[in-house]
Amino acid sequence: MRIEHLSKMFGDFTALSGINLEIHEREFVCFLGPSGCGKTTLLRAIAGLDIQTSGKIEQAGLDISALPPSERDFGIVFQSYALFPNLTVVKNVAYGLENRKLPRGEIRTRVAELLALVGLGDQGDKYPAQLSGGQQQRVALARAIATSPGLLLLDEPLSALDAKVRVYLRHEIRSLQRRLGVTTVMVTHDQEEALTMADRIVVMNQGVIEQIGAPMDIYRRPATAFVADFIGTMNFLPGVAEGPDRVRVGQVVLACDAGDAEPGAQVTLAVRPEDIALQDVKSSAENAFEVEIGSMEFLGSFFRAELADEAMADTRLRADWSINLVRRHGLEQGQRLHIALPRDRIRVYPQSSLHG
Amino acid sequence: MANLTATESAGRVRPKLGRDDWAMRGLMVAIGLYLIVSLALPLYAMMSKSFEIYAYQPQLIEFQVNEGQGWRPVLNALDLGEELGVLKRGELVTTADGRLQATRFFPDFSFLSETRYRIRNTEPASGGFMIRGTRIVHDEWVEYSSGDFRRVTLRPGISTGLGNYLSYFSTPALFTSIYNSLTIALISTLVTVSLAFGFAYALTRSSMPFKGAFKAIAMVPILVPSLLPGIALIYLFGKQSLVLKVLQWMFGEEAVAGLWTSLIQGAYGPTEIYGPIGIVIASVFFTFPHALLIILTAMAIADARLYEAATALRAPKSRIFWTVTLPGARYGLISAGFVVFNLVITDFGVPKVIGGQFNVLAVDIYKQVIGQQNFQMGAVVSVVLLIPALIAFTVDRFVQRKQVAQLSARAVPYEPKPNRRFDNLMLSYCGLVAVFILGVLAVCQYAALIKFWPYNLSFSLNNYNFDVMDGGGWEAYGNSIRLGFYTAICGTALVFLGAYLVEKGRGFGYGRAGFQFLAMMPMAVPGMVLGLAYIFFFNDPANPLNGIYATMGILVVCTVTHFYTVSHLTAVTALKQMDPEFESVSQSLKQPFYRTFGRVTAPVCAPAILDISIYLFVNAMTTVSAVVFLYSPDTTLASVAVLNMDDAGDVAPAAAMGMMIFYTNATVRLVHAFLTKGVLTRTQAWRGR
Ligand SMILES: Nc1ncnc2c1ncn2[C@@H]1O[C@H](COP(=O)(O)OP(=O)(O)O)[C@@H](O)[C@H]1O
Ligand SMILES: [Mg+2]
Repeated sequence: MRIEHLSKMFGDFTALSGINLEIHEREFVCFLGPSGCGKTTLLRAIAGLDIQTSGKIEQAGLDISALPPSERDFGIVFQSYALFPNLTVVKNVAYGLENRKLPRGEIRTRVAELLALVGLGDQGDKYPAQLSGGQQQRVALARAIATSPGLLLLDEPLSALDAKVRVYLRHEIRSLQRRLGVTTVMVTHDQEEALTMADRIVVMNQGVIEQIGAPMDIYRRPATAFVADFIGTMNFLPGVAEGPDRVRVGQVVLACDAGDAEPGAQVTLAVRPEDIALQDVKSSAENAFEVEIGSMEFLGSFFRAELADEAMADTRLRADWSINLVRRHGLEQGQRLHIALPRDRIRVYPQSSLHG
Repeated sequence: MANLTATESAGRVRPKLGRDDWAMRGLMVAIGLYLIVSLALPLYAMMSKSFEIYAYQPQLIEFQVNEGQGWRPVLNALDLGEELGVLKRGELVTTADGRLQATRFFPDFSFLSETRYRIRNTEPASGGFMIRGTRIVHDEWVEYSSGDFRRVTLRPGISTGLGNYLSYFSTPALFTSIYNSLTIALISTLVTVSLAFGFAYALTRSSMPFKGAFKAIAMVPILVPSLLPGIALIYLFGKQSLVLKVLQWMFGEEAVAGLWTSLIQGAYGPTEIYGPIGIVIASVFFTFPHALLIILTAMAIADARLYEAATALRAPKSRIFWTVTLPGARYGLISAGFVVFNLVITDFGVPKVIGGQFNVLAVDIYKQVIGQQNFQMGAVVSVVLLIPALIAFTVDRFVQRKQVAQLSARAVPYEPKPNRRFDNLMLSYCGLVAVFILGVLAVCQYAALIKFWPYNLSFSLNNYNFDVMDGGGWEAYGNSIRLGFYTAICGTALVFLGAYLVEKGRGFGYGRAGFQFLAMMPMAVPGMVLGLAYIFFFNDPANPLNGIYATMGILVVCTVTHFYTVSHLTAVTALKQMDPEFESVSQSLKQPFYRTFGRVTAPVCAPAILDISIYLFVNAMTTVSAVVFLYSPDTTLASVAVLNMDDAGDVAPAAAMGMMIFYTNATVRLVHAFLTKGVLTRTQAWRGR
């Protein structure tokens, strides 16, 4: 599936612009972005429910840009599930199978198979309102895959559920998708969901794609400051480029890959809290300097320390350290210590790109 | 170069329409066309009729006389007429049926004389003249013996202009009706809205008992034709006043007589029941439930948190009333006001029965058309009546939109706390209103069951012997029930399908906006105007639909159209509450739209569908205003029979027939309530959890 130069206007408002994207066979792709960034709009364009203003969509080599939904090949699950309230679970799932000249017996077998697949084999005669949210979600899923579509579209399928059910269903959906081998696009604003489920993530912001890549890729090497900020936690340090591999923050000069930043240009450095390494006092490692622990916060499975030093002017660094490490080094508030920012974990962005 | 082709391929995408899209658009256009044919075109026909002027055109007619000595010089009819004082320039206007005898131009005419006459119409397209019903359409001289010449008449020609309006506004007997109508509507609106607000206040803010019963009683007036309260008032306060009889029986004849004559019955004063007072009381009766429903909706959404806050601030009850209750209900009050205003100003039944000599617009239309056969003037009055109705309608739509916005805000429902004194006060108020409403029905039923008020008070069923009276007899009752069923079935199907297509269709924005507009129009058109417009449109022999004139068909079409808007809005509200993604899912499952419509949409909306059908049935049973112009001897209706029997002086049978309508509607309502419950428990098991 290919999307080229796609854009969508609602009157004067540009909801999507210049979207280029390729989705491979059997892949699980997540559209991730803050709410209102156009994820649903893109999904609905792919479905043909709200056709794009311009641009092209190809599926299996065919141009489907202008086709109505009924002439495309997809199954869809909405945030609301849109289960038919007056039909039983069995009839909901069978809905797309009827009217296709299939023998009744075959439909019955197929529905039973699907319900077993989503773990609802014994709930077939209930009405949707008699099921829990998670069960409803699975009925919607079974209905969407009943006709074996070539593409499965999921719009925030888990966002209406409790945290526990959500985590459980993530795995369910993912393993189901693997088993069926159906190409899947899922919309979500929950980065954890995207990071754990997707083969590839499409990070979107204000109607444009910021980055496309595998979860680890996006986490490790965010292409833009927006992605860096949106995914995970990130320290941002204002700096001035001093050469192709040197950036000064306050009085500290850090070795890093400054890319094509001109010497003297204002840049923003980004480093993840968990990448901040604790150094031995006498160490002369690269990018090592001394800071003071401003505060320590226990976040359940790790400590988050806030680090500051005159040398770095007003900038504060957050560092995530394991309980183990904190205990071993006896770290506490007010303590001074040496840290290092590993060179290959520092990303440099032009200054204007964040909050710009 | 590669870039260039890329931008070109990025041109606007024109969505391809699927089979469903075409089918849905086609159906929507078809229903839209129905509304155009059943509403827009008739209104247009009526408008153009109101500008049609019929006037004699003597300036185009020439005479020649031969008394045996050869033809005398040619005479122009206008000059001749003016000379003789037969007609005046500028006063040639007449009606479509106006005829002027040619012999009037010859004062010494004798049909026995040997004199021969010639007449010529110099302009064949004009009105010209006719003999024995045959129009002469050429411009040649025609010669007649005196025996034939006396049968020659001049016909008026048609022209367009503001003439009818000018004559309307220069006839005080006609244009004072505007003032009368506005006054009556305004007073009735104030009274009804105040009473209904009090009632709604009691239902929502007190914890008095019997709320359900009171609400049911308050809805009763919807089930009867608006003629009925008029009839009841005649019995209560008319020449043979029931109230007077009771008072006399209680206090003795002399004690009451003087006071009564001067106060209530006063044939000498402005307090006579025939006239504005009667109209206002009867109008309040029949508009009360409409106002109550709107105000109740507005008050039911009051936010309990506001009350809690006000009580916490120790605001006195009266202060809470003025600062919380009233502002919260204001859109409801305004909206109810305009709805009542519209109902009263366009109502025909009440002023017809009890208006006496007090002229109002709706009755004027009837008088012009039925009484004087002056269709042009009827059209003019209709256009005049359209204006206030249109304004009230527009303002109401505007206000309702605001109310919806208010409704969607999240509010905690208010639970009134018991307060003995307040609750008792509210209970007695509601009791009074209930007594008034039920009293009207009781009086009508009593009148229908006694032999001859006030002289023979024994019970009899004579008044139900409709077949010996003018008005259509029992057949009329049967016709009404048929009309009710046809209207309910055809109307519900049409309205719900139309609402579905406009709500759930894809794209076609202009088409859907146009359809919405068409669907809102009927509410702005008073029944009398609609009925008259149908005469102009469907009675035209050149209209291919002329065939349905004077059949049950035209009554069904007229009634469905007349009550289209409210039904449409009910359907739209129900459809809006459905998940818009049902359609998306069905499309992705490649199911045709009619399957989703039949298996999901319609069953889920079953309660709304039943509501619409009962609304149409009840209104078809009670409506008078539109159908009064359209029934034929074979299709007389019960409601029209009430009108005609009352007109003929058979007031008791009129009351009897009115009560038959009530019992029918009440029965149907009960069946409906039963069905709704059945539908809810059977097909909608999913609703409850
Ligand atoms: N039918 C519509 N008309 C106008 N604006 C819309 C419409 N649908 C979505 N939008 C706007 O487009 C933007 C993207 O919406 P959407 O795709 O739903 O965001 P999300 O990423 O949260 O799914 C939002 O700003 C929204 O207000
Ligand atoms: Mg969304």
